[in-house]
Amino acid sequence: MSFRYEVRLSGEGGQGLVLAGKILAEAAAIYDNLNATQSQSYGPEARGGASRSEVIISDDDIDYPKAVNIDLLLALTQESFDRYSTDVKPGGIVIVDEEVVKQAVPGNFRLLKIPVTQLAREKAGRALVANIVALGIIAGISKIVSENALKMAIGARVPRGTEELNNKAFQIGLDEARRLIKDKIIEKPGK
Amino acid sequence: MKNSSNTIEIISGNEACAMAALAAGMRFYAGYPITPSSEIAEYLSSRLPQYGGVFIQMEDEIASIGAIIGASLTGVKAMTATSGPGFSLMQENIGYALMAEIPCVIVNVMRGGPSTGLPTLPSQGDVMQARWGTHGDHQIIALTPNSVRESYDMTIRAFNLSELYRTPVILLLDEIIGHVNEKMTIPAAEEYTIHQRPRPASTENYLPYKITPSGVPPMADFGTGLRYHVTGLAHDETGFPTNNPDKIQELLLRLDRKITQNSDDIIEVEEYLLEDAEIAFVAYGSAARSSRHTIKLLRDSGIKAGMLRLKTLWPFAEKQIAHYSGHIKTWFVPELNLGQIAHEVEWAVRGRVPVFKFNKINGEPINPNELHQFVKETLHV
Repeated sequence: MSFRYEVRLSGEGGQGLVLAGKILAEAAAIYDNLNATQSQSYGPEARGGASRSEVIISDDDIDYPKAVNIDLLLALTQESFDRYSTDVKPGGIVIVDEEVVKQAVPGNFRLLKIPVTQLAREKAGRALVANIVALGIIAGISKIVSENALKMAIGARVPRGTEELNNKAFQIGLDEARRLIKDKIIEKPGK
Repeated sequence: MKNSSNTIEIISGNEACAMAALAAGMRFYAGYPITPSSEIAEYLSSRLPQYGGVFIQMEDEIASIGAIIGASLTGVKAMTATSGPGFSLMQENIGYALMAEIPCVIVNVMRGGPSTGLPTLPSQGDVMQARWGTHGDHQIIALTPNSVRESYDMTIRAFNLSELYRTPVILLLDEIIGHVNEKMTIPAAEEYTIHQRPRPASTENYLPYKITPSGVPPMADFGTGLRYHVTGLAHDETGFPTNNPDKIQELLLRLDRKITQNSDDIIEVEEYLLEDAEIAFVAYGSAARSSRHTIKLLRDSGIKAGMLRLKTLWPFAEKQIAHYSGHIKTWFVPELNLGQIAHEVEWAVRGRVPVFKFNKINGEPINPNELHQFVKETLHV
């Protein structure tokens, strides 16, 4: 039986969600040798405005390249949580940036409130790398892609000279995921 | 992003189109960037010069298509890429290329319209504009890929058809296919055939618009010694304008015939699970991806569904749809417009079985769950 795993990364333009989606897809498809598609939806603005990036990962051909029943949603703004949390499948995972998503209404999903941007700002030194911190969290709490594959995909995709900063951001995300598992906020992912 | 053969990459439909254009031998690009097609220009602006080609950012889309027509006359494979607003501006010169029989490829990555509409959001609203956007009776070839891999293959095919039939070919991507990133193995050069336009065998008695059995006259490259007249006016075999009714009729029927008599070569469809299907979709581009997922959902609930997927949109696959009508009890035509192709399907079916439209024009893709729901409600199951 083949699997289909759907991820939606949502927030606003300029947060690097399209890049994060592309990295996630490359990690799965090139380094983990699965199949993956990545697509995006955004407005005409260069910055600001709702932005979402979707990644479908499967071990089979991917017929429809957009999300239908979301396994994992990342919401970096209140608006994106409000709009998309209802598209998450029962038992799915919703990660919100708790600094900005003040009203994360619980639903039929596992809700994780994590200060994603704050971690990026305070521990990595740049709020800009919140997207990579988020990838670290996703790698830690789901086993949909391997840590190693993500690390290689990040290295291949981020601008030259920022590898160290991005690796650090990725590690911060992984550490946060380990803390969530240790504190039993979320269970250790199965294979 | 490398361009060596057989590497596995995650690339977008737009990037695949640009890479394939280089593989097809395109060496002249003129365009004016517009979302959601800009990645094609972006990629070619850096890569095309490395292949010894010319990339020009023109002042607008009218100039862009003018430039590629001129370049093609000198014997170079040429292309432009745009979206709805730019495609509107190109219409007059598309007619010129049809009338003067100048091969070129026009890529339109469709976004929501009319006017500037929805720059970043998907649509299939230009399929009738591709057919009838330029004035006068004419045949047109338009191809609609539904994946990144197909964007690659169909770009090569667009150049081949354009060269073989001396005609402009329109490649219609929608925003989803242009922007989706998918895993693709870059094919090696020996995996596809590249065609070149017919050229005159000798310089003796050259007639630029000679009537040949294939309907396609050999084309001399400008600047290589053979001089001839090129015009958008109705012309005779010499290329000079004519008002002779016999010559006018002869020209226009030849232009029609060179496409219609080769429609079996030009029209490609994918027959997906049609053998045992009772209901089927007629779909193209991203709507075909939605349909494919919906077929899985329908079959899971016991409904035998299939799809006739239009890979060539124009000329229209009338024969193929007629062939399956009867065996297929109900057709469904999902589109990101208000039913532009559904009307063509109804015409091909000629009332033998019902045809239902499913349309979306709000900038969102067709969600397979809602299409599934629509089919079940329509069939009362």
